[in-house]
Amino acid sequence: MTVKTAPGYRPGRTLPLRVEFVRQFLRRRTLLMFGLLLLLPWILAVAFMVGRPSQGNRAPNLSDLATASALNFTAFTLFVSVGFLLVVAVAMFCGDTVASEANWSSLRYLLAAPVPRGRLLRQKLVVALTYSAAAIVILPLMALLVGTVMFGWDDIQLPGTGQTLGAADVLPRFGIVIAYAMISQLVVAGLAFYLSVTTDSPLGAVGGAVGLVIISNIVEAVEALGVWREVLPTYWAMAWLDVIQLEISWAGMIKGSAVSVSYAVIFIALAFRRFRTKDVVS
Amino acid sequence: MRFRGTLSRQRRIVAVVLALLLAGGLTWLLVPGETPVRTFEQRIEVVDGPADDQRVSLDTALHVPETGGPHPAVLLGHGFGSSKEAMRPQALRLAAEGYAVLTWSARGFGRSTGEIALNSPDYEVKDTKQLVDWLARRPEVRLDAPGDPRVGMAGGSYGGAIALLTAAHDTRIDAIVPQITWYDLADSLFPNAAGTGAAEGVFKKAWAGLFFGAGGADVRSAALARTAEGGAARGEGPAIPQGTVQCGRFLPAICEIYQKVAESGRPTPEAVELLRRSSPSSVQGRVKVPTLLLQGLNDSLFPIDQADANAKAIAATGAPVEVAWFDGGHDGGDGEADRLHELTRGWFDRWLARESVETGPAFAVTRPGGRDPGTRRLVLQITGADRYPGISGTATRELSLTGERQEIANPAGGSPASISSVPGFGSLLGGFAGASTALDMPGQSAVFETAPLTESLQLTGASTIRLRVTPGATVFVKLYDVSPGQPGTLPRGLAAPVRVPASGEVSVRLPAVDHRFGVGHRLRLTVTSTDMGYATPVAPAVYQVALGSPTLTVPVVDELGGAASGPPWWTWAMPLGAVVVAAVLLLTGRRAGTPAPADDVAVPAREEVPLVITGLTKRYRNGELAVDDLSFRVERGQVLGLLGPNGAGKTTTLRMLMGLIVPDAGQIQIYGQKVKPGASVLSRLGSFVEGPGFLPHLSGRANLKLYWQATGRPADEAHMDEALEIADLGAALERPVRTYSQGMRQRLAIAQAMLGLPDLLVLDEPTNGLDPPQIREMRRVLIDYAATGRTVIVSSHLLAEVELTCTHVVVMRRGRLIAAGEVKELIASERHLEDAFLTLIGDEA
Repeated sequence: MTVKTAPGYRPGRTLPLRVEFVRQFLRRRTLLMFGLLLLLPWILAVAFMVGRPSQGNRAPNLSDLATASALNFTAFTLFVSVGFLLVVAVAMFCGDTVASEANWSSLRYLLAAPVPRGRLLRQKLVVALTYSAAAIVILPLMALLVGTVMFGWDDIQLPGTGQTLGAADVLPRFGIVIAYAMISQLVVAGLAFYLSVTTDSPLGAVGGAVGLVIISNIVEAVEALGVWREVLPTYWAMAWLDVIQLEISWAGMIKGSAVSVSYAVIFIALAFRRFRTKDVVS
Repeated sequence: MRFRGTLSRQRRIVAVVLALLLAGGLTWLLVPGETPVRTFEQRIEVVDGPADDQRVSLDTALHVPETGGPHPAVLLGHGFGSSKEAMRPQALRLAAEGYAVLTWSARGFGRSTGEIALNSPDYEVKDTKQLVDWLARRPEVRLDAPGDPRVGMAGGSYGGAIALLTAAHDTRIDAIVPQITWYDLADSLFPNAAGTGAAEGVFKKAWAGLFFGAGGADVRSAALARTAEGGAARGEGPAIPQGTVQCGRFLPAICEIYQKVAESGRPTPEAVELLRRSSPSSVQGRVKVPTLLLQGLNDSLFPIDQADANAKAIAATGAPVEVAWFDGGHDGGDGEADRLHELTRGWFDRWLARESVETGPAFAVTRPGGRDPGTRRLVLQITGADRYPGISGTATRELSLTGERQEIANPAGGSPASISSVPGFGSLLGGFAGASTALDMPGQSAVFETAPLTESLQLTGASTIRLRVTPGATVFVKLYDVSPGQPGTLPRGLAAPVRVPASGEVSVRLPAVDHRFGVGHRLRLTVTSTDMGYATPVAPAVYQVALGSPTLTVPVVDELGGAASGPPWWTWAMPLGAVVVAAVLLLTGRRAGTPAPADDVAVPAREEVPLVITGLTKRYRNGELAVDDLSFRVERGQVLGLLGPNGAGKTTTLRMLMGLIVPDAGQIQIYGQKVKPGASVLSRLGSFVEGPGFLPHLSGRANLKLYWQATGRPADEAHMDEALEIADLGAALERPVRTYSQGMRQRLAIAQAMLGLPDLLVLDEPTNGLDPPQIREMRRVLIDYAATGRTVIVSSHLLAEVELTCTHVVVMRRGRLIAAGEVKELIASERHLEDAFLTLIGDEA
């Protein structure tokens, strides 16, 4: 007998992305998360219908201007979600992915199929990042739709100064905002993914990544740290607000991207290193 | 089964404790302990007045470090309307840093006696000279010569002016740091942007009123305090001298002059002369000590040009001068208290302590630095240049204004008046860049605008423009920043009051500011007839306002580095470093399939042999052996039973067989291929080990289908129907797995193991949870399966089951192989397999 593998088996064909997408999509928490992200703009819109934002003498902030236009509403929705809701979404998609398989014991059958370990991680990472990106895209899109329906399509009013910019000019800028939101969440994705590989508890992986964001937010408030705060993973999370200004300022986003990508690369490398030889005992 | 022992946990705890200790130690090293400071409160009696015949008792406090010495001394002067108490925190801080700091309440303030003479050379200056004498007698103070202490002076506003004036009159002063103070008090209170002097100036009535009021504010409380100290014991009531109700604690002569000016709204020659005497402008060229001038950008009382004049006068003597424009001043703003302290201390460290310290750029300007990315609060950015350029900039830009001749009205009584800033209330309004309280009354203002800027413009200094106003009049000129669709903002709320002579044409110097006009913004020059902060003519009038020249000359200081520098180096170095670290992480460390010692042994081709295990060893993390030098071999067509009590190492062996855990030594070969994680030969293995593993939200059928798709093999290789037959789930196949019973999951898992009809089938306790008919069926399936030339390995503790199902058996105990062979042979020696088993494992059973 000279056949070394089972007929039709090729390592490069194992766990196709399509299969992993289906496996994850049919999960209740995936559907719940997307449902929540689609519902949030409606909840916010209703909240603004109940109590209109007041315009005082001070410089208007994003909240004051939220109902000024669909774009303002979208910016506000992102502003209130980036810090936590999207973090939870990304942590869930990336933290749950391997740990839940370990939890269900299905991981060992995938590995014995065999799906090569590196390939399993790669496919899972691609799918988790895609779902995370989808979550980050779907929220502003829904907010744009809700904002247009409820508050009308109009020029955006800039926070701080109240100046207006043409909607058509600003719309492409939201592409930058979304792209930056994705990049800045990479650090969360990276850590969640690493934790997912190290623990058998999906909740531990998701909670660990969210915990990092909470701790980082707390430490960030310590201004005595000075420039050291700049390397905190969440320090630049709101740098995309610089896009919604008369003149786009890139400095914050460049720094934020550098920090986020750096952490993510290391976490992901750690995940692969760890999983490569990990004794799967779950 | 866990391979994490207590040892590594202990090690982790030790590491955490060490890290905490290290962090704590560093903090201890980096945060210096407070130097204890001792404070001496005393009254110092001085003699002053033009004839040196007035006795004044000054309330003072000396703060000295408890250790070391003698120390350089610093005199800290307070602001107008305040007292030495206000300087205590700053004094303690400086003292803790090694200075003997003397604070005092100036005559007429706090608990000091005497009357306010506005920093007059005859009064306050004489007082401070005697404070210097006093310092020279203190043992804690370092002396340059007998009677000449090493001493610097600092203070804001009133306290800053006394520093300048004392330095002019007393050569013992070695360095000064005046803040937000004046060069010419007359020009400050009667400003005239036409450059024709204070005698023709516009009375700054709001500020003057506040200034004068502050000198009388504490008259009653001070009188009461004096009484409490001395008079009360003798039964005297609080005595407020005649005239103090109106004049507060001012010298009567000053009070009289003020009242005359305030009433008429015009400067008098006496007033101008009096104010000049209290000004550094009267002692030009006599301040020759190193001077750091800290001037506020938000200051409509003592604007930037006052510091500029001081800087020029002192620099002309050859003394070192540095200038900082900070976000603060009499109209509020951030204040930058910590930075100003550091700058002050640095200046004294350099010029008093004579330490070789850097004192920052010769010219620093505080600019809005956007928002803090973490807190989203407005932050400040300090820019610097190596040379102080003055308020005319290092270069100028010329912008063209457009606007026809316009008529503006001066309302009767000067009211309602336009607003540029509200004196004394600036701090309440936020002050910084964005918020502008400026308001121009309709009909009272002429407007001239530039075209929208095509590139941003950083204005630093005082712009100039030529105006023609007929007939001669008092007007206020302001330069607004107008962004599209917005009312303009008036940078720092500053207006230039101008007394236009009868000839009608004037060159106006606008207030010095530092402001960035963005792309698309316009500069708007507004000329108004009124301003709330100033006294204006009460007679109604109409003025014609036109540009004398359309050219607005704007100073810039490019050396301040307004141009955005590229992203800092670490923005590319950090990701690059991370990639390198990641590469190192991936290229080092234990790798899958690291050659174990047994690998070195040449292994003959065993491609036809389903399973060969050689010297297999696996150690738990705690060092205990789970599998100990296990070797056996399984041939085609066998049904092998793996027998052993709990903890014998059966499951660990099967896990190694599946490539889930890596052996410490020895190896497993399946069809001649060495097993390692993800080895492709595992595709010929079907396994069910230690319980089923399914996605609970999917149906049984979907689970099997997706599992097969995950193997990447063609659907027609799956033999799905045969597998489903074994699972025997009926309609339940379409329900989510989470609704299944233990037995149903078990059968589905065995079906999954048999998908694709693997050449080697490994089942761990396959009959757990099955009922007797299913057990019998399973037995038949396994025997039939082996009969097709495939191989089956079954681990079980049901000995009878093994006896009925298996052809061969391997018996393990404590990780070691005890016996191997045909079931028949083992039974031959004993009556029954169970007896054989019990005999073999001895008392373990």
